[in-house]
Amino acid sequence: MTDLAAGPESHVAFVRTTPAPHVARPPLPGGPLHWVRANLFATPLDGALTILVILLAWWTVPPLLDFLIFDAVWSGSGRDACLPSAQNPDPGACWAFVRTWFSFFIYGPYPLAERWRVDVFFALLVFGTAWMLWLDAPRRDLGAAFFFLALPTVSFVLLRGSTTIGLEVIDTALWGGLLVTLVVASVGIVVSLPLGILLALGRRSTMPAVRLLSIGFIELVRGVPLITVLFMASVMLPLFVPPAWSPDKLLRALVGIAIFASAYMAEVVRAGLASIPKGQYEAARALGLGYWRMLALVVLPQALRVTIPNIVNNTIALFKDTTLVFFVGIFDFLRTIEIARVDPAWATPVTSTTGYAFAAICYFVACHFMSRYATGIERRLAAGDRR
Amino acid sequence: MKRVFVVLLAACAALATGAPAEAATLDNIKARGSLNCGANGQLPGFGMPDAQGIWTGFDVELCRAVAAAIFNDPQKVKFVALTAKDRFTALQSGDIDVLIRNTTWTLSRDTQLGLNATGINYFDGQGFIVRKSLKLNSALELNDAAVCVQQGTTTELNLSDYFRANKMRLKSVTFATLDEALKAYDTGRCDAYTTDASQLYSVRLKLARPDEHVVLPEIVSKEPFSAFVRHGDDQWFDIVRWTIFAMLNAEEFGITKANVDEQAKSDNPEIKRLLGTEGNFGEALGLTKDWAVRIVKGVGNYGEVFERTIGQGSPLKITRGQNALWTKGGLHYAPPVR
Repeated sequence: MTDLAAGPESHVAFVRTTPAPHVARPPLPGGPLHWVRANLFATPLDGALTILVILLAWWTVPPLLDFLIFDAVWSGSGRDACLPSAQNPDPGACWAFVRTWFSFFIYGPYPLAERWRVDVFFALLVFGTAWMLWLDAPRRDLGAAFFFLALPTVSFVLLRGSTTIGLEVIDTALWGGLLVTLVVASVGIVVSLPLGILLALGRRSTMPAVRLLSIGFIELVRGVPLITVLFMASVMLPLFVPPAWSPDKLLRALVGIAIFASAYMAEVVRAGLASIPKGQYEAARALGLGYWRMLALVVLPQALRVTIPNIVNNTIALFKDTTLVFFVGIFDFLRTIEIARVDPAWATPVTSTTGYAFAAICYFVACHFMSRYATGIERRLAAGDRR
Repeated sequence: MKRVFVVLLAACAALATGAPAEAATLDNIKARGSLNCGANGQLPGFGMPDAQGIWTGFDVELCRAVAAAIFNDPQKVKFVALTAKDRFTALQSGDIDVLIRNTTWTLSRDTQLGLNATGINYFDGQGFIVRKSLKLNSALELNDAAVCVQQGTTTELNLSDYFRANKMRLKSVTFATLDEALKAYDTGRCDAYTTDASQLYSVRLKLARPDEHVVLPEIVSKEPFSAFVRHGDDQWFDIVRWTIFAMLNAEEFGITKANVDEQAKSDNPEIKRLLGTEGNFGEALGLTKDWAVRIVKGVGNYGEVFERTIGQGSPLKITRGQNALWTKGGLHYAPPVR
């Protein structure tokens, strides 16, 4: 080793004395072509799948766009507008029909002069929902009180009417369209969350009576399909009680849906409760907190935070399940479209397709919004874990 | 909780002893201030809301006629949209006072369900629609034809009965829904399409070229539509039945919505009895003397209602056919008011 340390004069053949020249790094694989190769055609199977998907899109997307947009009929006053004609030999979606019936899709048979009440309800609902969903909103405790207590009461009085405050009473048989869908969905959510939490706590309770009742309720309701609950409520219940006591049709469906949603919500919340380590309970006890304060201050805030994505998921499912009230003769959003599409004044070969396309778009937009919200919340919660 | 349970038990007991202690239906309706009428929510021409949410249709107008007879206001009706499944339960349980929902009068419905049919208000039956290009004049020429039909309906059974009875060969092509069957017919999968005649007309408008299709004259089944009420309240039964008779009689005597006040001054004894200027037939029904005037003023006579909702004044353009008065070659024959 002394040879090497001898200084610059010593010439050893395998040691270079000048620095190597800088050479540009070899090109990294890159560029659009590489991306395509790496992502779309990495293996023969990938390649085949890619071609299949492109072909599928090629076959479905252009005709869909043609139908929904390019060949669509946007204005007109009757079926003649949407029938094949010289200018438009193969008419697409008949949006003129949706425009004519639009107010029916929103309000159903709700009396024309009183529809401002529904508009106010929509505004209140949007306000309350935004307050609840916007996590940085001021006074969210007030927001919760508004959403869970004030909103249902005010909405009921507003929509149904009350002679004492001079609002004409509108029978629920006249409610319909988006109004009913939103009422059913929001009642389901507003009732199922608190009731679900109570049931979940009941199921984890150490008191046998409470636990058995909770388990019995949850398992019984989860064990039957929603449509069965609705049929029971709307067909069987009136046979058991005298007509004077029989609640109206919408209320029966609401109770059915609320019970059903609560059972599912209970299981979601229970999963959240189970995820809280036992140490948290013990620490809360050690601080001298009682059962309810332990739940309110330590356990539930953590448990609910974990379950928010699942709660939103449940909400999406519930929102779509509301279409089942269709089967018990309530005019929900989908049912109003079902009615409108048989209107002889608009009877054309494309009317039904247009109606269903409109329903699909509306439901997709609503559900997509909810799922985006859930994703946002998830990301926000995950930020805490990443730290 | 316990109290609720006791109350529920008591309710069941009351029901079991057969004591829903029905007060007279008419009194209930008057106390409530409106008639509860079970209707079809989505049958064009018979019962469905329009784009403004106002109920329209033939059956709907009959409900309004009953309300007009009671309240002198055809708008005092609450319509309950019913599906084919829950229509009878809704009536049995008292949710509605009368069911007018394109419901066929059959023996079993009249007896086993605890209901009464009040009388035929529309004669329907199954018919066929074919392409004009086939140049058919009668359903009897349909031998060997492919017929599109909805699965599992009486329509399907009637179809095969008709072909068997007439010794024709049938190639029926069945579909789960009416819409699918119609689509198949429209695309040329079948030579003919069959359903109730009242629906054939509205269904025809959904075809790509409605003018190239024609409804054949044969009606191959009997589907008489009737209003239904519960057993056990004969006064109410009479009111519903005679409301429709009054409309038919009004048409027979030429009493219309426009000229009813004028006709009330008529010297014709039959008109006088109907419109209550002679005798007190309305009071015998539990209504007022001018009950028929109220009906005709509120909705019009039978012919007016027919033309407005399903006849020439509507997009359906159903011809009167069997539904004309007996004086004009139809089947409607109302007993006299006397």
